[in-house]
Amino acid sequence: MSFLFRRLGFYLLAFWASITLNFLLPRLMPGDPVTRMLSRSQQRLEPQQVDALRTMMGVDGGPLIPEYFSYLGRILTGDFGMSISRFPTPVAEVIASQLPWTLLLGITSLVIAVILGNLLGILAAWRRGGFLDSVAPPLLVFIGSFPYFWLAMGALYIFGINMGVAPMRHAFSVGLVPGFNLEFILDVAAHLFLPALTIVLVSLGGWMLGMRNTMIATNSEDYILMAEAKGLRPHRIMLNYAARNAMLPSVTSMGMSIGFIVGGALLTEVVFAYPGVGYQLLAAVQGLDYPLMQGMFLTITAAVLIANFLVDLVYVRLDPRVRKG
Amino acid sequence: MSQITTDSLTLIPEDSAAESAADRARLGATRLLRTLLRNGKAVAGLSIILVFIALALLAPVFFPGDPARITSAGAAAPSLEHWLGTTTKGQDVLGLTLWGARSSLFVGFAAGILSTVIGVLIGLSGAYFGRGLDEALSLVTNVFLLVPGLPLLVILAAFMPPGLGTVIVVLVITGWAGSARVMRSQAMSIRGKDYVAAAQVSGERPLRIMVREILPNMASVVMTTLLGCIIGSIGAQAGLEFLGLGDVNTLSWGTNLFWATSDGSLMLGQWWIFVPSGLAIALVAFALALCNYAVDEITNPRLRRPKHATKSTAATTVARKEEK
Repeated sequence: MSFLFRRLGFYLLAFWASITLNFLLPRLMPGDPVTRMLSRSQQRLEPQQVDALRTMMGVDGGPLIPEYFSYLGRILTGDFGMSISRFPTPVAEVIASQLPWTLLLGITSLVIAVILGNLLGILAAWRRGGFLDSVAPPLLVFIGSFPYFWLAMGALYIFGINMGVAPMRHAFSVGLVPGFNLEFILDVAAHLFLPALTIVLVSLGGWMLGMRNTMIATNSEDYILMAEAKGLRPHRIMLNYAARNAMLPSVTSMGMSIGFIVGGALLTEVVFAYPGVGYQLLAAVQGLDYPLMQGMFLTITAAVLIANFLVDLVYVRLDPRVRKG
Repeated sequence: MSQITTDSLTLIPEDSAAESAADRARLGATRLLRTLLRNGKAVAGLSIILVFIALALLAPVFFPGDPARITSAGAAAPSLEHWLGTTTKGQDVLGLTLWGARSSLFVGFAAGILSTVIGVLIGLSGAYFGRGLDEALSLVTNVFLLVPGLPLLVILAAFMPPGLGTVIVVLVITGWAGSARVMRSQAMSIRGKDYVAAAQVSGERPLRIMVREILPNMASVVMTTLLGCIIGSIGAQAGLEFLGLGDVNTLSWGTNLFWATSDGSLMLGQWWIFVPSGLAIALVAFALALCNYAVDEITNPRLRRPKHATKSTAATTVARKEEK
């Protein structure tokens, strides 16, 4: 239990650090972000709103400490300010409408990549030098070397533009009413397929090699020999003895790689015009929409921290040593 | 077990334990290099990287003048005149790709090397001095590891003045933590070795112990971390520039891809515009990854490819022991 509390405290600290960075960044950097922003937004803002922005970005030269606390208060109540590129929608609203799609894409591809990669790793380590062990690692490493978004561009070009078998943009067909029915779910799945596939392909190699390498170490442990000597079925030794113990580093690295997958998902969304946070991020960058960028940074950080905490829960379940310690 | 015995054996006959440790490590480094050159993966990886570096250096020879100038009608497919075709604006794609290699490789290597150096400094000093300093440095490292990289890159790059320097600084800020963590855990295990204790007893200064005793003995880990950092930096740079957050006026593989999408060449089916730059990034990253796996295999013999494949009907470990 104390393990989980310690982790929770650490995540809160990390989140606080992100908020503080967010607060300090526009105040420490040279130049006036508000002026840059205004020249892009074609003067659609009212004077009071410009003043509010100046206070938020800290370019009005107000006292730092009180401003910091009011900033903390605003963030904790979910007030990220107004979006410039989608004026006058509040940033929180823009993000809330797009986060579900990013979560859907990110979680789907992460779960598939982790399960598939670990299974492949287990099998490759179990048959050292076999077909899977010699062909898959170099191939997957090569595919894993491509930037996510470039593989996405390639997939979109081949399947979407050349063959015309995959939907090219958005999360569901235009004109379809979102609802909990088979037609809509199948349509969403069809739109999800290519973006998820590219993320899975790029990240698969890392999972497989990680699992394979720890499995190889585990396979030479005495308890594996003992299990064989007892005459247990190979299948059982592989999954319940070797893989279960080799899985721990994999679970730890899962927490670490969530942030990485999110980054890949954001870029993939840009290519597929998938209506998640990443797609909006591009618009935010082009429109110099600083409040939206900062809001996205905090939201995504929070999501990653929560995901890490969930991974910790799984870890405690898998490794009895942390429960006692 | 064997580790402990060799350590204590070599310690006794030498007059200066500290010198022997450093010498042994230097010998180890040259041996690592020689073994690397005998490893197929390493040779393949190094050759690809050298070819790319050579092409980047020779870009002004092959394509003198401004590579971004317009040389033909827009969006021409590959031909004898333009081997990789031209962009929507009419620039030669091969020229853009070769010139792009210069800043992509430079930024990737510079940011990778800087992140590794910072990682080594922080990891080593944390592991060596321990206690409060270690706690504080580990905390900062772990916070930076947890904060998702791309969104952090985006807000940093958005607020800083655009330019090549910004891109490098931003990549280092997001990239050092991973290497610091690896360095710390590796340095921790070496910190406990007898020869470090011997050096401390003989009155060497902490800096000298860290640089001469501990660092050379983690050469292979530094190497894999460095390669990993360069791969990460090249990828992150491409992602950043693809979003339009780099300096759109510098030529690089990332900005090439940015222009390819913003000109809509993907939707128009002009594959020759976006394929070369992405393929170049992938090839360089793959070559670096190959070197990385080679170093891994050399330092961890268990990962080497077995000479014979294990058949599903092959004798198990127990059965082989019984035969003896």
